[in-house]
Amino acid sequence: MTIAILYASTGIGLFSLGLYALIVLTHLLRKLLAINVMSCGVFLVLAGLAAHTPNAIVDPIPHAMVITGIVVAIAATALGLSILLRIHALTGRVHLPGVDEQFDD
Amino acid sequence: MQIKNVTRSEKLHKLALTIFSAILVICVAIGLMISVSFLPVRDAELIEIVSTQLPASGVSHPVTAVLLNFRGYDTLLEMAVLLLALIGTWSLAPLDVQADDTRHSPGEMLDSLTRLLTPIIVLVAGYLLWAGAHAPGGAFQAGALLASLGVMIQLTGWKLPIELTGIYLRFIHVCGLVVFLLVAASGWFNSAPFFSLPPDLAGILILLIETFAMLSIGLTLATLFLLGRPHSTP
Amino acid sequence: MITPDLGITLVVLPLTGALLAFLIRKHAHWIGLGTALAVSLILASLLTDLVTSPGDYYYTLGGWGAPLGIELHLDGLSAFMLMASVVTGLGVSLYAFSYFRIPPQDNGKSAAFWSLWLFLWAGLNALFLSADLFNLYVTLELIGLSAVALTALAGSRDALISAIRYLLTSLLGSLCYLLGIALLYHTYATVDLTLLSGRITAQPSTQAALALITAGLLLKSALFPLHFWLPPAHGSAAAPVSALLSALVVKASFYLLARLWLELFHPIHNLMPDLLGWFGAAAIIWGSLLALRQIRLKLLIAYSTVAQLGYFFLVFPLADNQSDEMLVGAWQGAFYMLLAHAFAKSAMFLAAGNIQLFSGHDRILEFDHIAQRLPLTLAAFSLAGVSIMGLPPSGGFTGKWLLLEAAIAQERWGYAIIILMGGLLAAGYVFKVIGHAFTQAQTESFISETRTIPAMMQWVALALALVSILLGCYPAPLLELLTIGNPFNFFHPGS
Repeated sequence: MTIAILYASTGIGLFSLGLYALIVLTHLLRKLLAINVMSCGVFLVLAGLAAHTPNAIVDPIPHAMVITGIVVAIAATALGLSILLRIHALTGRVHLPGVDEQFDD
Repeated sequence: MQIKNVTRSEKLHKLALTIFSAILVICVAIGLMISVSFLPVRDAELIEIVSTQLPASGVSHPVTAVLLNFRGYDTLLEMAVLLLALIGTWSLAPLDVQADDTRHSPGEMLDSLTRLLTPIIVLVAGYLLWAGAHAPGGAFQAGALLASLGVMIQLTGWKLPIELTGIYLRFIHVCGLVVFLLVAASGWFNSAPFFSLPPDLAGILILLIETFAMLSIGLTLATLFLLGRPHSTP
Repeated sequence: MITPDLGITLVVLPLTGALLAFLIRKHAHWIGLGTALAVSLILASLLTDLVTSPGDYYYTLGGWGAPLGIELHLDGLSAFMLMASVVTGLGVSLYAFSYFRIPPQDNGKSAAFWSLWLFLWAGLNALFLSADLFNLYVTLELIGLSAVALTALAGSRDALISAIRYLLTSLLGSLCYLLGIALLYHTYATVDLTLLSGRITAQPSTQAALALITAGLLLKSALFPLHFWLPPAHGSAAAPVSALLSALVVKASFYLLARLWLELFHPIHNLMPDLLGWFGAAAIIWGSLLALRQIRLKLLIAYSTVAQLGYFFLVFPLADNQSDEMLVGAWQGAFYMLLAHAFAKSAMFLAAGNIQLFSGHDRILEFDHIAQRLPLTLAAFSLAGVSIMGLPPSGGFTGKWLLLEAAIAQERWGYAIIILMGGLLAAGYVFKVIGHAFTQAQTESFISETRTIPAMMQWVALALALVSILLGCYPAPLLELLTIGNPFNFFHPGS
């Protein structure tokens, strides 16, 4: 196992961990954090495997993709947090209600 | 805070969900790890193309060349994503502006530290921007640093004066995208495709795009922080 | 040839419009309307170009070319999707021009709507034109995040909760997609669709990428049983936003899945087409049954979207391993249904928006002589209903007929019965609404204040509904357009 594969496997571990947390945890902030853990995992796969080439020359393109991905992840997290703050201000709750529950007034 | 009345069936339901998702996630993880460990070493064709074309890109650092020249279209759209997150956030919470002069005094220690750090951070951001042409660095790193400066001075009690919140502020938010679009569209005037940067001017044009992108990114991130402050939500 | 340059304009114009609307908030609605008109004109000349000199066009951004740079790709299929996006977009823009000036909507909301919608539009057009998997990821995020922000714009508790659920789902979908792209890139050293389609082989990493990308896109296109996020989001957003989400946003990810399927995954699949077909069939039945049960009009329309999305997925089994003629017919059917659905569903949501504004609620049982009081709006709803049910002559009928023909010719009676049953169930929920609209309110409710609806908002809904009907009268040229550049016969060029 090369170091690149090790990085990628760690990335997949993070992705899976985040996926589990996203499904199981109910607090919205934790769900958003889970999404961020997942994206870190994906970035690790992208960047880690960049050296999985003959003579381990590093490929710059995945690094550029990771930078793009990070900015998108920041934007998404910011939007999510601001919606979360509004939900908290309006309802005092930070958990998702069941799908059927939310239209009961 | 609501008081939870957990019944037996709810507990069982939750346990079932946990076990089901654990199994699902373990299967996903094992499948992906197997597929990654069988990954063959791929050929270096594209890496060679990057290094042959690097001189024509205007910068000598390959990541910057990919971000702002070879795949500049991605970067343009991604800056649009950042701006749209700002607009979305802004539509949910009004900007916390200060009309009066009541300022929290941060204390002497914090105040002098801020005064010391502010010029240093600006200097380092400028260096990172410049270094991006030949070494790791560039608009995003520099912008993130400027944003951290924005967050720091907000935390130490500085507030955005109301006279700065109008169109001037918004103009800095968009200037990165505007300059990027203008440079990209300049290809049309040389009857070249969109995003073509002439090799002899590419270095300067990239620096131009990056400077404004840094300002926009830094300010946008700092504004996102400002919009999210608890006291700004009504 | 000028066509490819026009393509990128369809992305740059809405982007510029979005920036201007953000800067000059006071006149955001004029900027939005102007952008919409300009985009429509450009699309018209692009379509004319494409029809007069049909072909498969590539445009190298920055002049680098694949694999180093990003390429745009224009063929009949992408032009067809651009048409769906631009015609619906123009209609919704005209509607929103009036909608966001009606009082409780303030100026800030209007400016935010226009910026976000123009970003969404740029993202949609960019997605339909892109031939680069990573660029497609960025466009997916542009679409997803602006859709979430637009949903949250309504500001109500329901809208915000739906928006965050939508955000989490959408991000999960894009992360799965991105991980799939990462695996593909590290296996084949390119993210260009055309190059990849030449290099792809059945390796473990490719199979994993296929699974991840498909799962991510199914989540985003809300195929049953992954549709849980759609009805609340589409049901609680502002009317023009619901129209955009139902008509365009979910279809963008379906288009992407279809495109990747046609160009990349076709040779390496095994069970997938049948699986997608079964889920599609289940979506038709489940979505229609839930639509019948709804008491709120907008939720009914949203569940109808879940059902109609199911039809598009029937194409995967129906076009699998078929003769060229059969295959093209099935794909034409699915995409023709998609176009008709885009127009009909946006008309329905806009009509529902009129009814909601008029009476202050959208509870179907409490509709009080809506037909007599809002005749144009109800006409729009009914005409759109005709297309959703798939009665002739309508675009919905033409599309359904092509799918049905494929199912019958292959003797897949199960799918044929589902296609017909979906139409019957659709008739059930459409007539449920129309019935209540003609009669007096059944439940005793307080006499709500009614409000006059601007004529523009009524006529736009009617116009979109009429277009979905007219699609059924002249299908030949559009079906022809779909096949320009042979998007469906990717693996047998020249046949």
